[in-house]
Amino acid sequence: MSPRAAARLEGIGFARVYEYAPGKADWGSFGLPLEGDRDSSTRAGAHMQTDIPTCTLEESLSEVCERVRASGWDTCFVVNDRRVVLGRLGRAALVDGGGQTIEEAMTLGPSTVRPSRELDKALDRMRRENLTSLPVTRSDGVLLGLLVRDRLEHQ
Amino acid sequence: MPTPIDRDELQRLMRDEQAQLVEVLPAENYQREHLPQAINIPLKTLDRETTRGLDRERPVIVYCYDSQ
Repeated sequence: MSPRAAARLEGIGFARVYEYAPGKADWGSFGLPLEGDRDSSTRAGAHMQTDIPTCTLEESLSEVCERVRASGWDTCFVVNDRRVVLGRLGRAALVDGGGQTIEEAMTLGPSTVRPSRELDKALDRMRRENLTSLPVTRSDGVLLGLLVRDRLEHQ
Repeated sequence: MPTPIDRDELQRLMRDEQAQLVEVLPAENYQREHLPQAINIPLKTLDRETTRGLDRERPVIVYCYDSQ
């Protein structure tokens, strides 16, 4: 639709016409603000927790387990230097590392949701798939935060 | 030819050149969600009259939902 609109504007006589083809889907999925009846306050990004534990592949699993337990969380996200999600250490991995490396212990390709996902739809998905939490990532894979189902259902 | 831009260039044009942002989806889509500072001129109504309020000296950026 936007190529036709841009061509139309040029036809009317506008000289400097630009087309942002990726549109508001791209904008919102990158965590940038949206306005309107369903503005950013109704989206996953506004309801996620951001103080979640992360670690890198190079760290020691036993040290990470200790750090995560001390923080009161039962999950940890494995990220690279740009904070792109590589994997997730779940409850079992954090309790019983068994001398493994983080790479061996982590779950690959954890399910994620975009910050622009409407909160009620994200919560529906968590119930349907029996997820207690769901990481929020931008379209480039960068970790932004975590939706925690119990907290959302009681807020 | 209209110039395709990405998110970073959109932000630069808005910041440095006071670009005008136009969502061309129907009004109900715009009402539901739109980019900050965007105005709504649905494609079906896009003509000389409805664009009269736009400044021809400044860049105009159009967008819809996605590239599909």
